[in-house]
Amino acid sequence: MKKLLNTLYVTTQGSYLSKDGECIVVRSEDGSKKKFPVHVLDGVVCFGNVLCSPFLLGHCADSGLAVSFLTENGRFLAEVKGPQSGNVLLRREQYRRADDPVQTSAMARSFLIGKTVNSRTVLRRGLRDHGDRIDSGRLEKAALELDSYAKRLSSPLVLEEARGLEGRAANVYFNVFDELILKNDGEFTFTGRNRRPPLDKVNCLLSFVYTLLAHDVRSALEAAGLDPQVGFLHRDRPGRPGLALDVMEEFRSFMADRIVLTLINRGEVSSKGFSVKESGAVLMNDDTRRTVLQAWQKRKSDIVLHPYIKEKIPLGIAFHVQAKLLARCLRNDLDGYPPFFWK
Amino acid sequence: MSELLPISALQHYLFCPRQCALIHVEKVWVENRFTVEGRIMHRRVDSEQRGRRAGADQDLSVPLKSERLGLYGIADVVEMVPGPDGREIPYPVEYKRGSPKILDWDRVQLCAQAICLEEMLGLFVPEGAIFYGKPRRRDVVVFDDKLKLLVKETAMELHKMIAEARTPPPVKDKKCRSCSLAGECMPGLGNAKVESYLLSALKE
Repeated sequence: MKKLLNTLYVTTQGSYLSKDGECIVVRSEDGSKKKFPVHVLDGVVCFGNVLCSPFLLGHCADSGLAVSFLTENGRFLAEVKGPQSGNVLLRREQYRRADDPVQTSAMARSFLIGKTVNSRTVLRRGLRDHGDRIDSGRLEKAALELDSYAKRLSSPLVLEEARGLEGRAANVYFNVFDELILKNDGEFTFTGRNRRPPLDKVNCLLSFVYTLLAHDVRSALEAAGLDPQVGFLHRDRPGRPGLALDVMEEFRSFMADRIVLTLINRGEVSSKGFSVKESGAVLMNDDTRRTVLQAWQKRKSDIVLHPYIKEKIPLGIAFHVQAKLLARCLRNDLDGYPPFFWK
Repeated sequence: MSELLPISALQHYLFCPRQCALIHVEKVWVENRFTVEGRIMHRRVDSEQRGRRAGADQDLSVPLKSERLGLYGIADVVEMVPGPDGREIPYPVEYKRGSPKILDWDRVQLCAQAICLEEMLGLFVPEGAIFYGKPRRRDVVVFDDKLKLLVKETAMELHKMIAEARTPPPVKDKKCRSCSLAGECMPGLGNAKVESYLLSALKE
């Protein structure tokens, strides 16, 4: 199994990354220098105005290291990687299944089960841990509604139904998400999901963490030889990583959302760490971004028992395990796709 | 044979057909200590061009192929030793990092090289040797009919599997521990039914 390596996040504006032997050298504008050996990294993510030498990019491509460029706010711009690798037969099988309505519904159902079960667990955890401090009636009602979706998901369903259910499950969950924000001093209010641009601090944090999740899931899918664009639950749309979005569904609630909740509830991010543009768009500052990135890296090192393969793995590896299970499902080694269930 | 395959695939196939398919059908490769040590050892062999040993001319990194077997590869060392009629006979020598194997994997690989030499030069190659890194000694390998038949049969099975682009299901075995592809193969997964896994999570 792939070891949990580290992603190098470069957020300092004006940094220049170059290659020195087997190392990446990060030079800041103030002249300070830091060195990172390539073999301890599994990716480099550059935020905003960060430059890379072509020789470093080539070396990273050779070593199977993804180098991504994002805007300062975490919107994906581009990725530099080596020649297309992996198994063309596997990708063809992925396309064939995506063209077959029955197979597509079966895959979509698995992704949806992952999403529903894990969202429900996050709500139940909230009830268990903070039942005395929150409106537990609202949370219980939402959890019960997700139970009814779970019942519906116990038998096969057609694709359109799966896609409808996906939207409804997300609504139920986000309708009560504000209950899980315990530090309710009016600074971090959540009244529903909005994006592009996010209009409040909670949505700003959520969008950023989803970008990180998308990046990691996408890299894992590519490393397993899959095409991250061709999804099942998510329809093909040019430029949209449909399969990455599919696999993200099972991770969103317990990976991304809970990191945001923890950062707010423990006071690790404060309202001073954000700014509001004329349009109402909310942006985070460098310190907040750094705090979120650290929390993300730390969360990825948490050891969990994978309920299907029954091995203890760091959460960061779970993306790779899911990508491989998905590949094995496409190769007919498995009778379906087993999502990761958070316990 | 439609396509030439690397001689090394024979060894992968005999070690584990699934490992062989992961490498040659699915194009997966993961390094571990054993693969890196093997590569470093070969780099040393590859660094020299030719020389002499015990009175025999040595050629290093010799490209080989056999249309009959549908295989190609590179022999680490080929020594030219005088035969009974005075003509020089090639004597392939393969370098291996570990200790001699009980099974025929390494001998099959060497014998495949000998068959290539026979086909390319139109002569009979009776024996060769494997140099093992652990005991640092040469084991002589006689290319008898039984070994040659095993090479041909393995080559045929290998070609069939690659042509069908088939990856056999995993088999959990002691040897998985030394396999660098264990993480890709997930041999311990067994036959846990995904549907019952999904249903039990929904019921919780």
